[in-house]
Amino acid sequence: MTPLNRRRLAAFRSSKRGMYSLAVFSVLFFLSLFAELLANDKPILIYYDGGFYSPMMRDYPETTFGGDFPTTTIYTDQEVQKLIEAKGWILWPPIPYSYNTVLKGEDRKALQPPSWRHPLGTDDQARDVLARLIYGFRISVLFGLALTLLSSIVGIVAGAIQGYFGGLTDLSIQRFMEIWSSMPTLYLLIILASFIQPGFWVLLGIMLLFSWMALVGLVRAEFLRGRNFDYVRAARALGMMDARIMFRHILPNAMTASLTYLPFILAGSVTTLTSLDFLGFGLPVGSPSLGELLLQGKNNLNAPWLAFTGFIIIALMLSLLVFIGEAVRDAFNPRKVLV
Amino acid sequence: MTDTALLEVKNLSVNFGTGDDAVRAVKNVSFDIKRGETLAVVGESGSGKSVTALSILQLLPYPMANHPNGSIRFQGRELVGAPPRDLLDVRGNRISMIFQEPMTSLNPLHTIERQVNEVLILHKGLTRSAARKRTLELLEQVGIPEAATRLDAFPHQLSGGQRQRVMIAMALANEPDLLIADEPTTALDVTIQAQILKLLKTLQAKYGMALLFITHDLGIVAKMADRVCVMTKGLIVEQGPVAQVFDKPQHSYTQHLLSAEPKGRPAPVDPAAPEILALDDVKVHFPIKRGVLRRTVGYIKAVDGVSLTLREGHTIGLVGESGSGKTTLGLALLRLEGSKGGIQFDKQDLQALSQRELRPLRRQMQIVFQDPFSSLSPRMSVGEIVGEGLQVHRIGSEAERSRMIDQVLNEVGLDPAARERYPHEFSGGQRQRIAIARALVLKPRLIVLDEPTSALDMSVQAQIVDLLRDLQTRHKLAYLFISHDLKVVRALADEVLVLRHGKVVERGSAQQIFERPQTPYTQALIAAAFNLEAIGADKGAVAT
Repeated sequence: MTPLNRRRLAAFRSSKRGMYSLAVFSVLFFLSLFAELLANDKPILIYYDGGFYSPMMRDYPETTFGGDFPTTTIYTDQEVQKLIEAKGWILWPPIPYSYNTVLKGEDRKALQPPSWRHPLGTDDQARDVLARLIYGFRISVLFGLALTLLSSIVGIVAGAIQGYFGGLTDLSIQRFMEIWSSMPTLYLLIILASFIQPGFWVLLGIMLLFSWMALVGLVRAEFLRGRNFDYVRAARALGMMDARIMFRHILPNAMTASLTYLPFILAGSVTTLTSLDFLGFGLPVGSPSLGELLLQGKNNLNAPWLAFTGFIIIALMLSLLVFIGEAVRDAFNPRKVLV
Repeated sequence: MTDTALLEVKNLSVNFGTGDDAVRAVKNVSFDIKRGETLAVVGESGSGKSVTALSILQLLPYPMANHPNGSIRFQGRELVGAPPRDLLDVRGNRISMIFQEPMTSLNPLHTIERQVNEVLILHKGLTRSAARKRTLELLEQVGIPEAATRLDAFPHQLSGGQRQRVMIAMALANEPDLLIADEPTTALDVTIQAQILKLLKTLQAKYGMALLFITHDLGIVAKMADRVCVMTKGLIVEQGPVAQVFDKPQHSYTQHLLSAEPKGRPAPVDPAAPEILALDDVKVHFPIKRGVLRRTVGYIKAVDGVSLTLREGHTIGLVGESGSGKTTLGLALLRLEGSKGGIQFDKQDLQALSQRELRPLRRQMQIVFQDPFSSLSPRMSVGEIVGEGLQVHRIGSEAERSRMIDQVLNEVGLDPAARERYPHEFSGGQRQRIAIARALVLKPRLIVLDEPTSALDMSVQAQIVDLLRDLQTRHKLAYLFISHDLKVVRALADEVLVLRHGKVVERGSAQQIFERPQTPYTQALIAAAFNLEAIGADKGAVAT
């Protein structure tokens, strides 16, 4: 590691708020990656009649456990549970519901207030809110990360091309961007939603079409500055290809400024999906999502735990990301004096 | 009063930071200046000379900078740790200062009248109209032509020399007892430097000021100063009258500094060597565009019809002041800048080739830039920087390349172990050696040297000149040497072209140009460079 990067790391570490935020966010994100092990309506492990079964990995017909039907076992069924426990045991995840598990029996009651059984209550379709929250957090953050990564790559490439070649290339892409950025994204989505069912990837693609412009201006400016550096001239005099000069010699300079922006872009991308879901133009019905949780909260004001849960988790997530972003920004700031 | 010292500095130390990792910039320095005397402080970059000057006016970034010991007495008044009110009375009033960079030391948003007035109104309490009269008088004294019409000019409307004159006018406004000049001519062209020095001398005699002159240029010291202090690494190693120090230097560093002038002459060359580069009427014009439709209304003629022939093993010196188009020409002949006219490299017409076809030829023509701090990518190790050219041209295997890098680093006088280190760990001179190694590793036949020595200290300049000369004879390299520093050009060039406003003013063998310059412009240039004389230059030949 170069001394400069070591200094930056030290500066980042010296920011307590940033470090704690990073730690908390990483733990939350890491846990949510294993959502299937935390909240699922299938057991993690079954010991039955001298053998082990892992229902999450593959499906077993009910007959395996001495049931009547040759169809996939429904483990939430009391009868099935009795059959298995007669000859072994079941290891359940801490939350024995998945995001789409509709509760059964006497528990089947929509809009239950928080209880020991359902720490955050149930929603208006009698699903456990905590389970949905874990899955919703995961999909929001993953969507945000993917959108940030892809739009940064596209943005950096577009900015690099504009700044490096300048002239007519620069001019035409700039004008194109001006026209493109004035397109009404939301209406476009509404129209698209009427003839295709937007899934994760379709939404990502559509949002990418309009979000790649965030970094362009910054990278373009860095490249405009960088292309006249003496070491870039020297590289051209050595006979290097343009692409190599752009990526080996100028891009490292532009990366510092871009990296500083990334956490803020991530915070923006995370809210993008949430707001689409809230408006009902997002992921298909039934998908776990923070936006959908907020929408339910709005529609069921008599069940305030829905709105509170949604609000608190989104506020927490965005605050953490902004705190991390501020710490990164300070770490890259050469004028910041280390104390 | 005349016998007592005006300014007395005793055992002054300056530290940056505190504790064990404090940087000790100045260590126990003592000197004094008498009324009307000129004291020069000379030293290379990083020797602590500017820090010493700034501490006299207590202008350092306190409390980061601090004085662990020492005193500065001005007319018997202690300045170290003096209350701000007392310092304000001294600054700009009894002691004034001129800075190195005339581009940034004037406020770009105020007219020059306002800037000079400010000093007068602040310290003398003059009314606006009285101040205006005095300002006009001062501007005339410092030799601004048609001063009355220039009062309302903004700094960007003046040339570098004129700006420095305005700075001097501001410094002189209150007839200070001591003027501190911190490298006042370093950023200026030689002919203008000569004029400014002459001006300072005249004004000093007129006002009876003491002058503290900070410089790295021994020529200026000899010309201007009565006494001299030689500084290195924060210590004054020698001080005394100029004649004595220059004739019989006692300290080894002073001897080293005095012997460091670029010396020697180019080795004789074979006049029938094969031609390697031929320029025929090369022009680089930048269009000036105006109006909504960006119509071209005229051209800036950066290079306007230059022809030359360079043979193998020869050096052509391209001489001129800033803005004369010499760097542009250097870039144009490597096709790094668009141009018109014929460029023949090794009998091949470069203008007819596309960038792709040009690529294989690039290894035969290389360039070394002026500023070794910006010409090396800060994020690559020395080995990567030097080896990149080999990689691009797919020369040799990995092991062969590695051997070639070691070899070329040896050749430019660096330890091959330096490969793993990054450019910021090296000094200016070492960095310039790395840049030369990067060009040399490809075994080129032509190297364009764009002011390769002007960002370096004097003693390092001499070493680089020796290195270049040595490499030339060993590899039969052809050099196009671009410089405004005539001393360095004389040490290297066989043939000299004097460039002005993009046109060749005079050309000839080095001997002929330096000994019998024909045109007035070349004569003025040579007088200014070697004797620091401004001849026939105030008007006409050289515009300030």
